[in-house]
This record gives sequence, structure tokens and C-alpha cells, in this order.
Amino acid sequence: MAEFFQLLVSGLATGSIYALAAVGFTLLWQASKVINFAQGEFVMLPAFFILIGTQVLGWNFIVALLFALICTLVLLGYFFKRVIIDPMLPHGVLPIVIATIALGIVMRDSVKEFYSAEAQPFPAVFSEETVSVFGAVISVQDIAILITSLAAITLLQVFLTRTRTGRCMQATAQNRAVAEILGVNVKRMILYTFLINAALALMASVLISPIYLAKFSNGQSIGLIAFIAAIVGGFNQVRGALVGGLLIGVIDNLSAAYISAEYRTAFPLILLIIIILVRPQGLLGTAEERTV
Amino acid sequence: MKFSKVAVAAAVGAAMIAGSAQAQSVKIGNVVELTGGGATVGNNWKNAVVMAFEEINAAGGILGKTVELTNYDTQTNAQNSRAMVQKALDDGSYVILGPIYSSSTKVNMILTQRAEIPQIVGSEAPFITTSGNPYVFRTSFGAAQSMPKLAAYLKDGVKASSVGVIWVNDDFGKGGRDTVITELKKRGISIAVDLSTEVGQADFASDVIKLKNSGSDAVFAYLHEEESARLLKEIKKQGLRQPIVGETTLMNQKVIDLAGDAANGAKGHVGLSADAPVPAVRAFAKKFEAKYGNKPDHNGIKGYVAAYTVKYVTEKMGKFDSKAFARTLHGLTISPKDEPGILMEVTWDDKGDVDRQSFLVEVVGGKQKIIEVLPKLGN
Amino acid sequence: MRPMTIAGLAVLGLLIVLPFGLKGYGIYILSLWIVYSIAAMGLNLTLGYAGQVSLAQAAFLGIGAYTTALLMKAGYPFFVGFGLSAGICFGVGLILGYPALRVQHHFLAFVTLGFNALVWLVFRNEEWLTGGTYGLMGFSRPSFFGVSTNNPVVFYFFSLALFLLLAFVLWWIVRSPWGRAFQALRENPIRANSLGVDVRRMTLLAFAIGSAYGGMAGSLFAPLVEFIDPQSFMLDTSLMLLLMVIVGGSGHFFGPILGALLVILLPEWLRFTEGLYLIIYASLVIVLLAVCPSGLLGLYERTAAAVRARSSDRRESAGGSAP
Repeated sequence: MAEFFQLLVSGLATGSIYALAAVGFTLLWQASKVINFAQGEFVMLPAFFILIGTQVLGWNFIVALLFALICTLVLLGYFFKRVIIDPMLPHGVLPIVIATIALGIVMRDSVKEFYSAEAQPFPAVFSEETVSVFGAVISVQDIAILITSLAAITLLQVFLTRTRTGRCMQATAQNRAVAEILGVNVKRMILYTFLINAALALMASVLISPIYLAKFSNGQSIGLIAFIAAIVGGFNQVRGALVGGLLIGVIDNLSAAYISAEYRTAFPLILLIIIILVRPQGLLGTAEERTV
Repeated sequence: MKFSKVAVAAAVGAAMIAGSAQAQSVKIGNVVELTGGGATVGNNWKNAVVMAFEEINAAGGILGKTVELTNYDTQTNAQNSRAMVQKALDDGSYVILGPIYSSSTKVNMILTQRAEIPQIVGSEAPFITTSGNPYVFRTSFGAAQSMPKLAAYLKDGVKASSVGVIWVNDDFGKGGRDTVITELKKRGISIAVDLSTEVGQADFASDVIKLKNSGSDAVFAYLHEEESARLLKEIKKQGLRQPIVGETTLMNQKVIDLAGDAANGAKGHVGLSADAPVPAVRAFAKKFEAKYGNKPDHNGIKGYVAAYTVKYVTEKMGKFDSKAFARTLHGLTISPKDEPGILMEVTWDDKGDVDRQSFLVEVVGGKQKIIEVLPKLGN
Repeated sequence: MRPMTIAGLAVLGLLIVLPFGLKGYGIYILSLWIVYSIAAMGLNLTLGYAGQVSLAQAAFLGIGAYTTALLMKAGYPFFVGFGLSAGICFGVGLILGYPALRVQHHFLAFVTLGFNALVWLVFRNEEWLTGGTYGLMGFSRPSFFGVSTNNPVVFYFFSLALFLLLAFVLWWIVRSPWGRAFQALRENPIRANSLGVDVRRMTLLAFAIGSAYGGMAGSLFAPLVEFIDPQSFMLDTSLMLLLMVIVGGSGHFFGPILGALLVILLPEWLRFTEGLYLIIYASLVIVLLAVCPSGLLGLYERTAAAVRARSSDRRESAGGSAP
């Protein structure tokens, strides 16, 4: 039992990080039908903005964090939208998929070439001390990551449903033309979505890098898992990504422990396929109209 | 940030063009993992090779000829490595260096054998030197040399009668795992649990629980650097009491830096290490760090040694002859007295395997501490 | 003759002459291009004609490669492996596509993404069959009528012949009444549906045939590389094949062939930039997609149309200004 609890808590902590990355997928999809295949790299890169601040420029962590926030919002939010997405949006989903894959390569190899090919240690934001609960050893860091992610996603949900700007963003996501008629500044709302996505990526990066270590190639595995989590949870719901992320984190641990370590990555994939066939809108998603 | 690296690359490129214009140069192809999953080890190797040949060229080249080094990227892909070795051969390479990933070497060494061009590789999987290819040479111990030492240490040093093995499921980890399990069984040690993990795995909770429940006397961990660090952190967190034993990567300074005090107490066998108590190795590590901003790992040392091997063997022969190069290197011993760039005395046998001193180490207070120096097998 | 036909014949002539002027590496790259072209042509049928994104073409390439390699190791002739590869991939395509196409439009992409990752795991883990991480080797290249294809040039011509045959079959499929239904489907699915075209069945068949082309490409891939390991059939390869189709121009018959050429050759041309080549390569892809999302052949058509329009304009204005 203690063992099961241990697996569950570790899985939830890892899963909450997947959830943070997955939320970005759902946000961008809702706002502008963009599938961002560079999402993993979006989570990898901000850690290096911080490292540039602390290691190269010699700043303290807080200053470096602010610097990283600005870089992330400008580069991964504003420029990503204006330079990559806007010109391609009229041509449908596919060119954007390919372009974001290419963008991922650019980000990955730029970090490798201009910063380092080596994994970099990254300061832990939370204490790595452990506490024993019901026989399971749990680190403060795990709990803190879980709570921070839950809080961030809940706040986002509240913002989207309870504030005027948030409701305008949702209206834009649901029906652009109607939102426009109702006087919503659609362009600005979409920009907000991209900025929120960038900020969430920074947050995921800060939480994940002490565990994953900052490395150019991190984005590949995170991106794929987050993508699966988003589909499983429901591509058009913020809370779907949360559930999907947590579920994948837990399933990964339980299947590795009780079924097969060699096939541990297979179980999330099987879940993905089953979900698509049985409930294509995802666990918490709402059905979209059939496009054909 | 290493913007300067671009400038260096440009300078090297310019030097290469100038070199070929003189026609007083010799071509060497360096086929290695510059992008993809193996980029970390590949760039370590490449940087060391580039540094070595810059030194060699600055000192007048090999037999008066400038070395014209070309780097080819395998993209950590076996099939692409084959294409790149073919290209390096077409370009007229005198000797080919690399790659490091064993699955790549397995495919492309057929080409160098057909072309009768020597290939000095960084791979450690056993099959490289057991297939009877007279043109392939290692730079470090193959698993077939290092794992027996490690198994002996687990039996006599740790006095373990059962061991839990945890390994990364790619060609690096699989090769080590297969060899160590054979060697352990040979010595009557049972395998309590055999755990496969993934490249880039973040959460080791389930693996450590299994190790904990296995009731083994020791844990043998054979993972890449980052995953080793994550495993050590999880082991510390769950309070695993068995000794943790590894091969080269586990005690790597990189792992120690990444895992912090969770690395303390990890023990094992180290073939090549930038922290070895050998002044020449330390001096190399210092030069490398000054030039590239990071410490070299064992792959850096391998690349550096490979470059100086080319220099020494050619000067010993007194001519550029690829076929004779392979014949000369078999059974050759190079001592740092004769060629300082070789760093430690090393002997190649008739299969292309190397023999050199190695170390048993323990991580104490965030540093590698040598417990025992293991002599060359041949002596 | 239409300019396209002339260009096609010229290219064919070049392909026959070219290997004699190339060294081992050049011939290898040309052969690799042919193999990838076959897989990309298949994907083009799925994507360009039936409008479905498949991210599993590398998995089919792998299934074909392992099937052929295992059969050849067991002593069966090449064409047994080749035929079986096509058959298995066609069948798997039907089984995978049938449920996926029942649900929403873009969901085949997600199902195939999961499928590709699963197939990779099976290749790696089932060591008794596939050799696991170490891969498979030790199968020789096929020989026909006493001529061994061990010589790279001979193997190249063998691949070229198969490629031309498969290209012709695909061309025939696209031109047949059945293929015309595809075009109707692509241009207006709702109208096609109302005209009695069974959209789902058509799409499913297109996906299965496209998958079979992936399998046949894999069947050639194995003897070309003389070694196969799971690493060659990861999701990355599927994405690369998708890139080939889109860069070349999806829905254009020659699009994927041109795309494959570019995707394989561009890194070659950029190699002088050392570590920067992937960055430049990926940036160029982004620029190309921003400028011309319909690919190179789309760009060509647009330019050609513009030139035609301008020259006819000029003729009119010239005619107008004449006394």
C-alpha cells in the first residue's frame, strides 16, 4: 500500500509538469487552431534564459527569472505569433505543424550550438527534503510542484470564466465571427493566449529543470508526452490537459511497476488510441462539430 | 555562451581551405554524433579531436603535412553514419575517427573494412572487435574488458551474492547489461532484478521501489549521465541502503555535479576519466575546459587519444599508408614518454581492443576518490 | 509533347547517366532518395489526394524492412518479402484506418502518431524476432537472373526500375475513374459525398495503399542499407517523410519526389556551415512554408500562371497599342 501510494504521488508530481506543458497545447488550439509541435522546446528554452542570466551575466536568480520572463513573452509569445503563426494561419493546420517542428529543431540546435550540448544543473526552487507519509517517502519538491501546477491551472480557469478579458478570450475561441460582431478585440485576445502559453512554458521550465536538468534535447520527450496528455484529457479544455497530464504521469509509473518496464511508454500510447476511438473529444472535452 | 565557437569553426574552415590549396595535407574524416540524441558525447569527442589536430598542426603537422580534418555528422543514426563513412572514404580519408554509438559503428565498419582504411572508434559494445575486422580499433575498454573487472569487484570488493541491474534501453545500456549479466552469473552472483529504463526518463520512483523490494546486496546502474543523476536522487529520496555500483558514467564528475550529495557513496570501475590521478590527463582536461568552457568526459579523452594515435603510428611508419597503419597498430604499445598526447600508456591487441590502467573509485564529498589502481591486464 | 513530359524524360535520362559520374556516396544518396520517394509518394496519396495526415509512414517503412530482412535471412527470395511487405502494410493500414476514420477529421494523425511509437517499441523490445536495439544484419542484396545487386550501381538501377513501376501504378490509380473520385473528394468532400462517392471507404483505401507503398519502400530500404535497427523508423522519420510531401507540394504527382530530393540534398549543401546546418535547414523550411504553403510545385504553378497572365497581358496591350 505504501508502495502504491509512493508511485501515485511521484506520478502525480511528474504528471503535473506534463499538465503545465499540455495546457499550452489546448490554449493555442482553442484560440487559433494551432498545433504547436515545438511545445516541448518552449518548455526547454526558458531554463536557458535563466542560466544566461545567472551563469553568463552573473545576476541573481530573481533578476534572471524576470529577464527570462521578458525573453519568453517576447520571443515565444509575441514573435512566435507574428513571425511564424500569422503568415501561415490562412493556409490551414498542416503548414503550421511542419513549421513548428522546424522551429523546434532551430531552438534545440541553437541551444546546443550556442550554449552547450551538456546537461546543466539548475537550482531547485523548492526544498528537496523528504517527509514520510503513510510509509511513502515524498519530497517537499514533489508536493510543491503539484500544488503550484494545480494552482496555476485553476487560476487560469478562473481567469477564463470569471473575468471579462477571460470570457472574451473564450468567446473568441468558440466563435471568432460572433465574438467580432459582439465587439471583442479578437486579435488582442489571440495575442493574450500566446502570451499566457509562453508564461506557462516558463513556469513549467522552472519547475521541471531541477529534475530534468536543463538540456537542449529535453523538449522532445516532454513535447510528445504533453501532446498525448492534451489529447487524452480533451484538446479543447484547459482542465482536460490537467487531467490528461496527471493520468499519464500515474499510468507511466504504475505500468512500469506492475506490468512491464520495457513497455512503460506503451501504456500512455494505448490509452491515447483507445480514447480517440471511444471518446474522440477526450475525457473532459466537449464534442466538436465534424469538419467533414 | 560560445559565440566564439563560430569564429573558431570559421578559422578552422579557413585553415582547411588554405591547407588543401597547398596540397601538402592529409585528410582525416571524423564521423561522429554531432546532432540528435548522441550530441553530448559526440561533441565532446569532436572538440577534443579538433583541439588535438590544431595542436598537431601548430607543431608542424604529421611528417610535415598539415592535417585536414573534416567532421561528418551521423545525426546519431546508424543508417546515416553509414552514408557519412562512405562520404569520408570518397573524400579520400587516410584514417577515419569515430563514431561512438555502437549500433552506428556496427554498420559502418563494414565499409572501412572493404576500403581497407583504419577506423578508430569510441564504441564499447563487445561485437565491434569480435567480428574479425582487422581495420577497427577501440580507444577505450570494450564492455568485454571492463565488465569482468566490475563483476570481480562486486564479488570480492562488495561481497554481493545477488545484484539488481538497472540499465538504459538503448545500444549503450543494452550492451553493458548483456555483458555484465553474463559476467556476474559466471561468478555465481544471481540477478535479483533486471530493470530496463528509457532515455530521457524523468521519474525513477517505480524502478527504485523494485530495487528496494528485490532484496539484492548491491545495485548495478548503467545509464547515461542525466538519468544516472536522477536515479541517484530518487535512490537517496527513498533511502535505498544497498551499495550503488557503476561503470565510468555513474562516477562521472558531470553526474556528481548534477546529483549533488546524492552521488556520494557511488562506487565502481572507471576506464578513462578526466579526474584520473594522471598529470597528463589532468593537464588535458584543463586545456579542454579553458578552450570550450566545459569539462571533458571520457569521450573527450578517447577523441584526443585517437588523434594522437594517428600521429604516432604514422610517424613511426614514416609514411602515409592506410593498410600498413592497421598492421602497425596491432600489438603496438604507445607510452606517454614517446608521445605525450597519448596521456596514458596503452596497448592494442590483435583484435583492436585496448589495454590500459584503470581505476576503482568511490564518490566521496562530491569528488571521485581512487580506491584502487587496476594495472594493465597484459602485465 | 507537354513541357512536363519533356522535363520528365530529361530527368529520367539524367537518372540513368548520373551514377556513372558519382562515387559510392553519391550513388548511395541517390538510391536512398529513390527509396524515400516511394514512401513519400504513398504518403502523398493519403495526404495530397485523400486529405488525411498519417504520421505512421516510418512505421510502415519499418514493417516492410523487417519483413523483408527476416524473410531473406530465412532464405526466401527478395520478391516474396517485397510482396508480403506490401500485403501486410495494406492490411495493417485497413485495420488502423477503419476505426480512426470513423471519428473526426484530424484524428487519423493522432492514432497514427501513437501507432508509430508503439511499433518502434515492439521493434526494440522483441529481441527474439527483430534483434532489438542491435538491429538486424547479415541479409544479402537480392540477385536476379544471375546478376547480383551487390554492386551499388546495379542496386541503384534495380531500385530505379521498381520506383518507375510503382510510380506508374500510382499514376494509373490517380488517373482511373476511381482516382478521379479522389480529386472530387479533395476539391469538395461534401459535394463528392452527395454525388454518391463513399468518402470514408475511399479515404480508407487511399490510406491503405499509401501504407503499402511505405512497406514496399521499406522492403528496398533493408537491402540498400544492409542493416536495420529501430532507430531508423522513429516518429522523426515519419515527420521527415511528411516534410518531403509538403515541401515538394502535396497533391502534385511529382511533389513528393522533388521534396525527397530537397530534404536529402539540402543538408549536403549546407554541410560547410558545420554545426549550424540543421538550424539553417530548419529556418529555410519555415521561410518556404511562410512564402509558399503549397510547396515548391505549388510555387512553380503560381509563378507559371502569373507569367502566363503577364505575357498575355503584354500581348494584349501590345496588340492594343499597335496602329
